[in-house]
Amino acid sequence: MTSLPSHTNKKLGLVIDLDTCVGCHACATNCKEWNTGGHSAPLPDFNPYGAEPDGVWFNRVHSFEVKRGDRPNLTINFPRSCLHCDNAECVTVCPTGASYKRSEDGIVLVNTDKCIGCKLCSWACPYGAREFDTDEGVMKKCTLCIDRIYNENLEPEDRQPACVLTCPTGARHFGDLNDPESEVSQLTAARHGRDLMPELGYKPTNKYLPPRARKVDSVDVGAPEELEPFKADGFLGWLDNVLSK
Amino acid sequence: MHPAFSVIFFTTCSGAGYGLLGMMGILGAAGMLPADRWMGLAGLFFALALVSVGLLASTFHLGRPERAWRALTQWKSSWLAREGVMAVMTYIPAGLLGLGWIWFEDTTGPWAVAGVVSAILAWITVICTAMIYKSLRTIHQWHNDWTVPSYLLLSVMSGAVLMSVLIHLFGVENDYIQGLTVVTLALGWGLKTMYWSFNKRSKGLSTVNSAIGIDAAGDVSVLELPHTSANYLMKEMGYKVAQKHADKLRVISHLTGFALPLVFSALAMFVSGYAALACVVLAWALCSLGIIVERWLFFAEAKHSVNLYYGATSV
Repeated sequence: MTSLPSHTNKKLGLVIDLDTCVGCHACATNCKEWNTGGHSAPLPDFNPYGAEPDGVWFNRVHSFEVKRGDRPNLTINFPRSCLHCDNAECVTVCPTGASYKRSEDGIVLVNTDKCIGCKLCSWACPYGAREFDTDEGVMKKCTLCIDRIYNENLEPEDRQPACVLTCPTGARHFGDLNDPESEVSQLTAARHGRDLMPELGYKPTNKYLPPRARKVDSVDVGAPEELEPFKADGFLGWLDNVLSK
Repeated sequence: MHPAFSVIFFTTCSGAGYGLLGMMGILGAAGMLPADRWMGLAGLFFALALVSVGLLASTFHLGRPERAWRALTQWKSSWLAREGVMAVMTYIPAGLLGLGWIWFEDTTGPWAVAGVVSAILAWITVICTAMIYKSLRTIHQWHNDWTVPSYLLLSVMSGAVLMSVLIHLFGVENDYIQGLTVVTLALGWGLKTMYWSFNKRSKGLSTVNSAIGIDAAGDVSVLELPHTSANYLMKEMGYKVAQKHADKLRVISHLTGFALPLVFSALAMFVSGYAALACVVLAWALCSLGIIVERWLFFAEAKHSVNLYYGATSV
C-alpha cells in the first residue's frame, strides 16, 4: 500500500557536510558501482563513451557559487540524492504500490516488479531523486544501500552506504536521525543541519550541514606583510650598479 | 515539464469525451434530447470513443503498459489510481444509459438516473485527473486552486461544443442547449484567462538557496553541472518554452480555443440549416485546436522545483 507509515522505528539517513565536500564525485561513482550490481541493478548507461552519455545515477554532485558582496565568493559542492522524506509524496502518488516507505527504518524503495513506469513519483519529488530507467521501463532511486547496511556478509564497519564509505573527506555520515544520541543527530544539532526546501513540507530525513563561517583576513603570524628591498654595498653594490645601468 | 503528446492527447480527448457524456446524461435525463435510438448511439458512442481512445493513449507513455491494471490498486492514496478507478466505474452507468436510450429508446425513470450518475462519475473522473496535477507541490503552476475548476470547466465546455454539433446534425436545435454552449465557452475563457494571469504574476516559494539549504548567504549561481549531457531530470522536468513563443501560442489558444468558438456558437443561434451546422462544426474544430494548444502550454509552462538545481533561481 502506498500510504505512508504513521511512524517509523528508525529514521536512517545521511548527513552531508557542505563545508568539507570537495566535489570529487567519488560518492556518485562508488554509488553507481555498487548499485549497478545491487538491489535495483542494473543501472543503465547509454552511449557511455560518446558525446552524449545518459544513464541512471542515484547521486549527482552539483557545484554552486555564492556571491557574498565584498567578501570572497564561496564554492559549494552539493551532492544530491534521495532524502528518504517523512512525508514522501513520491510514495503516496504511486498508483500501483511499487513505491513504499519502510516502517522499520524509513527507507523509501521501489519494487521494480510492480512499477508501471508512469513517472508520476519523479514529478512528485522536489529534489530530483528518482531517475527513470528507459531500458527496463521502471523508476529507480537510492536504496540507502539497503543491500550493504544489513548485509551480514560484510564486516560490521562496511555496513554503511557506498557513498559514505568512499568519501575521502568524511563529508558524508550515515545513521539513525530518530535517535537524538546518534552521531548523525549530534552532528546535525551542533552544526545546525538544514532541511532542503522545508517550505514544501516533505520533511526530509537527510540533513545538510551549511559551510562554516570563513575568515575574511588571514591570521597574523608576526611576519612582515611585504619584504624590504635588499640594499647591497661593497663588491655586490658595485655589481648591482653596473648591472642596473 | 516535458509536454508529452500522449498526456496532452489523453487529457484533451477524454476531457471532451467526459464532457459530452455528462451532457448526454443530464440533458437526456432532463428530456431535452429526443429518446431516439440514433441520437443515443451517436452521442454515447462518440463520448465513450473519445474517453476510451484517450485512456488508451495515456497508457502509451508508461514504461510497462502491460502492468497498467496495477494502477487501479492504490486508490486510497493516489489520485492517479482514483482516476483509473473512476474511469472504469463510469462505464457502468454509461452502459446502462446506452441500454435505455439505444435499445428501449427510453431516457426516463431508471435510465434517467443512469444518465445523472454517468454525468456525476464523468465529472468526478475529470476532477481526479486535475487532482493528479493539483496535488504536486513541486510545481507551483499546478499546485493552486485554479487547476481543478479549469480542468472541469474546460471538459464541460469541450463536451458542450460537441453537443452543439450533435443537435445540429440531428436537426433538433435547441436554444437552451446552444445557449449553454455559449455560456460554458464564456466561463471557460474567463477562468483560463484568470488562471494564466495567476501563473504570470506568482511563483513558488522555493529558491535555489532553499534548494541547497544555504538561505540568506548570498546570490547562488551554478558553477558546474554534475553531468556533461542532459539526464532524465533535465529531459522530463527541464523543458523550457521561450516566453515569446508561449505568448504567441497563448494568443492562438485565446482565439481558437475560446473567442472564435464563442462567436460561431452564438452565431449559430441566429442562422439556420447548413449555415448553423457550419458554424457549430467550425466552433468545434477551432475549439479542439485551441484546447490542445492550451494543454501544451499547461505542461510546457510548468516549472518543477528540480530546475533550481540546474540553473533556475526561482520556479
